[in-house]
Amino acid sequence: MSIRHHLDEATLLSYAAGSMSQGMALVTACHLAMCSACRKRAQHSEAIGGALMETLTPSPISDSALDAVLAAIEAQDEPIQVETVRSKPVRPVDSDVPAPLTDYIGESFDEIEWKRIVPGVYYFDLPCQSGGVSRLLRIAPGKAMLPHTHEGNELTLVLKGSFTDEIGRFAAGDIADLDDQIEHQPLVDSSEDCICLVATDAPLKFTTILGRLMQPMTGF
Amino acid sequence: MEDKENRTPGDDVEKVVAISRDPSASREWTARLAHFAETREKASYIQLFRHFAPKVKAYIIRLGLTEATAEELMQETMLAVWNKAHLYNSSKAAASTWIFTLARNQSIDWMRRQKYPEYELEDWHVGEDEGDAGEQSVLSDRMAEAMKTLPENQAQVIYMSFFEGRSHQEIADRIGIPLGSVKSRIRLAADKLKSVWRVDV
Ligand SMILES: [Zn+2]
Repeated sequence: MSIRHHLDEATLLSYAAGSMSQGMALVTACHLAMCSACRKRAQHSEAIGGALMETLTPSPISDSALDAVLAAIEAQDEPIQVETVRSKPVRPVDSDVPAPLTDYIGESFDEIEWKRIVPGVYYFDLPCQSGGVSRLLRIAPGKAMLPHTHEGNELTLVLKGSFTDEIGRFAAGDIADLDDQIEHQPLVDSSEDCICLVATDAPLKFTTILGRLMQPMTGF
Repeated sequence: MEDKENRTPGDDVEKVVAISRDPSASREWTARLAHFAETREKASYIQLFRHFAPKVKAYIIRLGLTEATAEELMQETMLAVWNKAHLYNSSKAAASTWIFTLARNQSIDWMRRQKYPEYELEDWHVGEDEGDAGEQSVLSDRMAEAMKTLPENQAQVIYMSFFEGRSHQEIADRIGIPLGSVKSRIRLAADKLKSVWRVDV
């Protein structure tokens, strides 16, 4: 797979710092699961956190802390089995759900209870804490997402199919990492349904009357 | 989180970046963690604990959690160091980086009651282009040096991200600049800090 649209440096840093909404962190982690180039960048962003932590003046810890942790280690049933913990292979992106998303929907898109917005456009909200929107969208070939702007950041990761918008063409693995400067209307150009994972750090604003009417109903 | 609002944003950037470090320290701790991961020697673990536990606690307090919670989460983090050491790969991260991510995840899990989405902790053994062990810690030291050269307005956004856990929008609101300016300051700072990886070790 060749991914053409990657994460913004500022997004990676916010992910590494743990300072973005749960939904946005989920989308970021899913792109990272699919993209080795961004994985390497993310490791470097996390190294900023490690170096910063090293610069902190140590805080006094409780006198019994070490004993408490050693006791907790003793109390664990079995010693850690180094050999049995094998790494899961990185799954091919077009086969299924990226690993971080399986905590929310399981291993397949088939079981999702989609809700219809308009014919050909479906959504499913993910139970992410800490504000903003986090949802899956399923859009039929030839259909478009409603045009919208947003006050904050918006991440859209393609999981299946593809779409085209004012910026370019986005296929599986590609991420649109946008901020509030952009109004866009993605149009699905694949022959299969396009499934995207979308997260924002603030509510979306629609720019059409239909969008405004939909807003209270869908939470967009 | 309660004392977050009373703090001036980025108020002690200078204090944070001015502390000088023993340049060989990071390499030593990385080697020690790698050694512990291999041997599971209790003595190595205790040394790691003595060095990192107070740093981890300091980080968690910086996020705005109470002393008691920070103590508890520090102990959980150090327990995770024991339990997950077999996943540590010294060619991908310095010890401080790996332990930082454990502390970050523990803190967020506690604050949100939801697991922070991780990308591949379990895949660290599936090597892509791995560097030499020890290289990461040298780069980590160089980055700490680079941190000192950041202009204050760039250090501030980095600091507010990592130590106060503020989103881009929150930072924009606090400093009173547009979201786009926050992001470009972060990009400039990250680019400078990451430049250490573009130079041969
Ligand atoms: Zn990427």
